[in-house]
Amino acid sequence: MIKFLLMVNKQGQTRLSKYYEHVDIGKRAALEADVVKGCLFRKKEECSFVEYKDYKLVYRQYAALFIVVGITDNENELSIYELVHNFVEVLDKYFSRVSELDIMFNLDKVHIILDEMILNGHVVETNKNRILAPLLALDKMAEG
Amino acid sequence: MSPSVCLQEMIRVIRGARTQGEERGVIQRECAAIRAQFRQADNGGRSHNLAKLLYVHMLGYPAHFGQMECVRLIASSKYSEKRIGYLGAMMLLDEKQDASLLITNSIKNDLSHSSQHVQSLALCTLACMGSAEMCRDLAPEIERLLKASNSYIKKKAALCAVHIVRKIPELGEMFTPSAHSLLSEKNHGVLHGAVILITELCERNPDNLKQFRKSVPELVQIMKNLVTSGYSPEHNVAGISDPFLQVRILRLLRILGRNNDAASDAMNDLLAQVATNTDSSKTAGSAVLYETVLTIMDIRSESGLRVLAVNILGRFLLNNDRNIRYISMTSLQKIVQTDHTAVQRHRGTIVDCLKDQDASVKRYAPSQRWHIDTILHVLVTAGGDVRDETVPNLIQLITAASELHCYTVHKLYRALISDIVQQSLVQVACWCIGEYGDLLLKGECEEITPMQVTEDDVLDALETVLQSHMSTPTSRGFALTAIMKLSTRITNNVDRIRSVVSIYGSCIDVELQQRAVEYNALFKKYDHMRAAVLERMPVIDRNSSGQTNGDPSVEPMKEFNQPKPVQGVLIQEPANQVCDLLDLLGDSNPPLLVTNDHTSTAPNSTNSTSSNVQDNLLDLLGGLEPTPAPSVTVFEKGGLSLKLQCDQQTETSTTVTFTASNSTQSDITGFNLQAAVPKSVQLQMKAPSGDLIPAQGCGTVTQTVLLSYTNKANLKMRVRLSYSSQGTACQDMVQIDSFPSPAWS
Repeated sequence: MIKFLLMVNKQGQTRLSKYYEHVDIGKRAALEADVVKGCLFRKKEECSFVEYKDYKLVYRQYAALFIVVGITDNENELSIYELVHNFVEVLDKYFSRVSELDIMFNLDKVHIILDEMILNGHVVETNKNRILAPLLALDKMAEG
Repeated sequence: MSPSVCLQEMIRVIRGARTQGEERGVIQRECAAIRAQFRQADNGGRSHNLAKLLYVHMLGYPAHFGQMECVRLIASSKYSEKRIGYLGAMMLLDEKQDASLLITNSIKNDLSHSSQHVQSLALCTLACMGSAEMCRDLAPEIERLLKASNSYIKKKAALCAVHIVRKIPELGEMFTPSAHSLLSEKNHGVLHGAVILITELCERNPDNLKQFRKSVPELVQIMKNLVTSGYSPEHNVAGISDPFLQVRILRLLRILGRNNDAASDAMNDLLAQVATNTDSSKTAGSAVLYETVLTIMDIRSESGLRVLAVNILGRFLLNNDRNIRYISMTSLQKIVQTDHTAVQRHRGTIVDCLKDQDASVKRYAPSQRWHIDTILHVLVTAGGDVRDETVPNLIQLITAASELHCYTVHKLYRALISDIVQQSLVQVACWCIGEYGDLLLKGECEEITPMQVTEDDVLDALETVLQSHMSTPTSRGFALTAIMKLSTRITNNVDRIRSVVSIYGSCIDVELQQRAVEYNALFKKYDHMRAAVLERMPVIDRNSSGQTNGDPSVEPMKEFNQPKPVQGVLIQEPANQVCDLLDLLGDSNPPLLVTNDHTSTAPNSTNSTSSNVQDNLLDLLGGLEPTPAPSVTVFEKGGLSLKLQCDQQTETSTTVTFTASNSTQSDITGFNLQAAVPKSVQLQMKAPSGDLIPAQGCGTVTQTVLLSYTNKANLKMRVRLSYSSQGTACQDMVQIDSFPSPAWS
């Protein structure tokens, strides 16, 4: 299962954090810093899967933003790698060419999208249209 | 009327803060404002405030005062407020907080709400942070929702059920029948949720396994549809239809088929079909294939299928994408450890892959121990097929992993006493036992079960290698050298070693005879040197393409990497000693003469091969002439000649003197030298003695240059001479690649 999902930029600032396994709020900042340090200093030739403590990290870099997913050992790493890309494609579709600023200023909407995709550490939906349907409905309600 | 204007404004202000202190100030002000607004009763901007608070929380600042606000917002009737309220609950609350109990009732109500979105919010929050009591209360509700007609709700309810099962495993029985029926859904989201629920149920309770084995045919059918269906725009990811679902189903099949023949039989066809039909050019396809391979290896599959799986892994190893190579290496490691027999049959394939990818294995090896284990395993199973360089490579790796010496030597000893057929394994084992025999005899090693090894046992093992007709001459050489090295490492059986060594002094094999005679001499004439000669070898540096270490390898050590590694052993140790002597005494010449003579009377002038040994020895010591370093002419043109002489040489610096002389009829004026060196070298030019070179060799101009460097191999220099000769100005350039001085250090 997925333990957490983080979006961190190159300066180490967390842009999004979602924990599916309880981590004490005080410890979260330290964990995020540690994880990010592990990923930021990877060279280009190293692969995207890092063994960290007793679980694994799958990370993917998009421009200046790192998306890091912590997964347990029994999870298929390549599948999570694809999931991260799927998530970014959904964001891209909703925000039309998503950028880090979009994520920052619309954090609540990004959370809604993420909740539609991953529930309780497992994937629930991967079809872009179905993921965005509730959010688009909400937007329409807000306009009207 | 976008509701987030205030939030965006705050974010902008926070981003504008230039220092940490400034940011803290801004946030404290915002928090104070938010707190004040929370205290006011009814307020339209509550959701914006909570959103701001959540942002602040994400940055790491305390936000606990927002918990009650979450509870209030959840109870509100407006959807936007509910949304933020639930989001806040998921982020700020957890089961340890008291406030979480207060939302139980709200969730209960919302679960029966008319709007599916509200229901989904409640489900999501429950799945995220529901405590055991909440789950117990609400489980019947969830069960009802599982049967609801709305697929949007069903998929979320399924995952909520997963959470409940995890929290309270006994409630699993409640969900079993519904889980079963969910498998007949068409909606992929629901299917996905159902598969996850079944996986969770099976993992928690083995009884469920029997029940769900009945659904194997159904699962197989679903997979078949996914794999053979044409292009489906809804679920297509890089040409594969819904790879996420495929991976999930494969994992469930793995759990159901483990240790069960009937279920495994039912899956065989499907797995073969998936393995052959899936396109692995994109990551999505590779992900599915990876899961398939893991499943095949885990269930009771037939051998043809296993061959297929190993072939797939072999293909992965050759893939360009490093992620895929990493995956294949970790799975190969797992397979090698658990399923030895299957791997044995296909070891040719694996060794082929390993041969090509040795550098990658090294790079990705999670630890040195894993690396050594893997290569040892390869040697044990397929030692006859590995490349020749594997032996020195492995030896070099072992010397580098100093904390693993004890573990390695124990493992190798055990391998040696069980079987001495694989020659490369025998060679590595003998070498290690010779080097680290004392660690072996000590007996304790924390990483494997202790085994009492006596000196006799070790000597017996080595002698068996020596005498066995299965050993190649190279292996025999290794064994003899190892026995010799042990003479300094053990205390009781030195006589036995002496007798073995002297027996082989008349062996028919010339190589063995030479070694034995040399070692004999070490015992007799040079006993005082024996300890120094046979001490532990230092870590070997390697200059092969796979490595990026920039440290110079000491020249004598380079001998080690040639195909006959052991021959270099004896040569290196005396050379090391001699070098040490030289360093101690600096560069002064008389001791050079003494030690030269000493080594030239070294043992065995009987064999013609031994004089080769000596020549090698002298060559190693390089151009160690008892005269001062010669000067070399580096440039000669039109009567002007430039000579170079190295005066003082240490590990990191050299003093070079340029001497320019003129054999023409007229003087050369305006003589100027400019020098350039590579980046790793530092250059300091002293003032020249002059710029006029008298004609016909009457005088010379000299200039001293100090060079300091870390890596002698990089030492190169380019010199530009500019001068006027016979009225014309000239400029010439010369490159100096080698400096006339002792080749080592």
